Amino acid sequence: MKRLTAKGARAPKTLTAFPDSRGRFGRYGGRYVPETLMPAILELEEVYLRVRRDRAFQKEFHDCLKQYVGRPTPLYFARRLSKTLGGAKIYLKREDLCHTGAHKINNTVGQALLTRRMNKHRVIAETGAGQHGVAVATVAAMFGLEAEIYMGTEDMERQALNVFRMRLLGAKVTGVDAGSRTLKDAISEAMRDWTTNVRTTHYLLGSVLGAHPYPMMIRDFQAVIGREARRQILEAEGRLPHCLIACVGGGSNSLGLFYPFLKDPEVQMVGVEAGGLGLASGKHAARFAGGRPGVLHGTMTYLLQDEHGQVNLTHSVSAGLDYPAVGPEHSLYHDTGRIRYTSATDQEALDAFDLLAREEGIIPALESAHAIAEAIKLAPTMKKSQILIINLSGRGDKDVNQIARLRGIAL
Amino acid sequence: MAPPVPNRIASTFDQLQCRGEKALIPYIMAGDPSLAETEALVATLEQAGADLIELGVPFSDPIADGPTIQKAAERALRAGTSLRRILALVHTLRAKVAIPLILMAYYNTLMAMGEENFCREAVAAGVDGVIIPDMPPEEAEPLWTAAEATGLCVIFLLAPTSTPARRREVIRRTRGFIYYVSLTGITGAKLTDMDHVQTSVTRLKKVAKKPVAVGFGVATPADVHRIAQFADGAIVGSALVRLIEEHHNTPHFLTTIEQFTRQLKAATCSTNQQT
Repeated sequence: MKRLTAKGARAPKTLTAFPDSRGRFGRYGGRYVPETLMPAILELEEVYLRVRRDRAFQKEFHDCLKQYVGRPTPLYFARRLSKTLGGAKIYLKREDLCHTGAHKINNTVGQALLTRRMNKHRVIAETGAGQHGVAVATVAAMFGLEAEIYMGTEDMERQALNVFRMRLLGAKVTGVDAGSRTLKDAISEAMRDWTTNVRTTHYLLGSVLGAHPYPMMIRDFQAVIGREARRQILEAEGRLPHCLIACVGGGSNSLGLFYPFLKDPEVQMVGVEAGGLGLASGKHAARFAGGRPGVLHGTMTYLLQDEHGQVNLTHSVSAGLDYPAVGPEHSLYHDTGRIRYTSATDQEALDAFDLLAREEGIIPALESAHAIAEAIKLAPTMKKSQILIINLSGRGDKDVNQIARLRGIAL
Repeated sequence: MAPPVPNRIASTFDQLQCRGEKALIPYIMAGDPSLAETEALVATLEQAGADLIELGVPFSDPIADGPTIQKAAERALRAGTSLRRILALVHTLRAKVAIPLILMAYYNTLMAMGEENFCREAVAAGVDGVIIPDMPPEEAEPLWTAAEATGLCVIFLLAPTSTPARRREVIRRTRGFIYYVSLTGITGAKLTDMDHVQTSVTRLKKVAKKPVAVGFGVATPADVHRIAQFADGAIVGSALVRLIEEHHNTPHFLTTIEQFTRQLKAATCSTNQQT
């Protein structure tokens, strides 16, 4: 593997030609939204492209990440886990140590700053497990914005703690009783609110999904993860990692880590989708294994759907991965083979959850446990000299109640 | 019926203009509560004076629709409705229904069939046009090209938020008529500012030289009457869908729908001041 010095290895600013001016990542992406929203989508793109080059904005963003979010997050060498798995040297990128407990806040800080630039005073958002909702409620409080969070009533029951957290932070949480009453329906309802209140409201979307410019913008806000990791691993090891692993729901933590490494051909990347009860069961959220290109919530991408184009219901033990579509940029890298996509079942994720808790004293989010599950398979096949970085995208406090319930323990 | 007549939509608007009437365009969800009932409803709507009919194609995630049409889509999907079965129904209906039939479908249902395939089969079945609420002109190329080649009208929407440049693009691209969205919001929302709709549509008609029909929140004969003063057509969706939801199990179901439609149609005739 090529040895690089930390100083000489700064990642270039623009790493790929994607998206193009029409918001396309190859054939994927685009802007499939009602006409009512198009002017707002175009304004958002224009404002974002301006602030992307605006030093004052970038400084304010990075100051917030440092002072409020607590960045940079550590790149932690997991000595015991590496030894137990008996292969690669495993590092964990500790996004679980961000304020609010997950990578989600990187993006919400960026978009809250943008909301202020657009002179809008209200933000709306969707949430599944509640992590993005909490991150939105948090920045709304910090920036003095009004916040309304849409959440499926099914998810509200499963994640009652996060509902209460959002309300403590001053946000309004609105239950969505339509369809499957989960994340997909919360996004639909947030889009309807946005269509109605577009003049005063910014839709603070939580992942690299939706119409252009969201997938690009959210990737850029999350790319701080990979830029830090790249610098940190070069400082620690003086070379680039052999492989990166991250879970893929919408795909923002994975793209955030992967993006600054895309032009390093020696760095392999693995995205882990939710395998649910197993691919054969049909109860999963593995879009690349079970889906085909389609259009949902404003973007063309791999989508779990039936032969008539009706969107399928998904299943995962982890609410954050339980969504039928994937970020359009992932679809491109799937097709080109730049990133390998695989899945971990609910059981594999639960086993990985236990392993990390007991070997390293870190309780991971169930989403992140899917990435650990892949490392359990991959690390033993790698040489001791090879480096593996896992994005530990969030902490598992939110999942403790669910784990207890699964084990029949009343807390 | 004979092979599809090109520009059935255009000739309908021409005839209405000669008669001094405006178009009444009811929207119903195909397959709600069943395709058999949709068949009866379309015939009833035509007899009661509908000038064009919009048939909703149910989709699992209808982002532009309010609760009334969302629930109708869920009922239709539960009844096994699919785009292919709707096209088969249109084919059957063409034996007895002469007015233009327009589908309102989300992009993914058309993409699943393939854009070219859909346009070809739709025209063969006797569909005259298609409205795609989540396909702005920016993303229209594949479907629009296929539609132009087969003679299927793609009807684009304009909204209160549309900029002048977007208005020009929609005017250029749309076929049959322009769908003017009366409010900043979703279907079935309350239409509160009719004066603003009038100002916008009047300005649009000056430059458009194509018929303009107004939809979203148009619920009563009074709404239709008001719109008929300045637009070329009024689209009534959620109000009718709600009536179908409430009455489809009652003995006078079709009569109820027919009476409501007659009231709506009467409101489109300039000589009739009923409100």
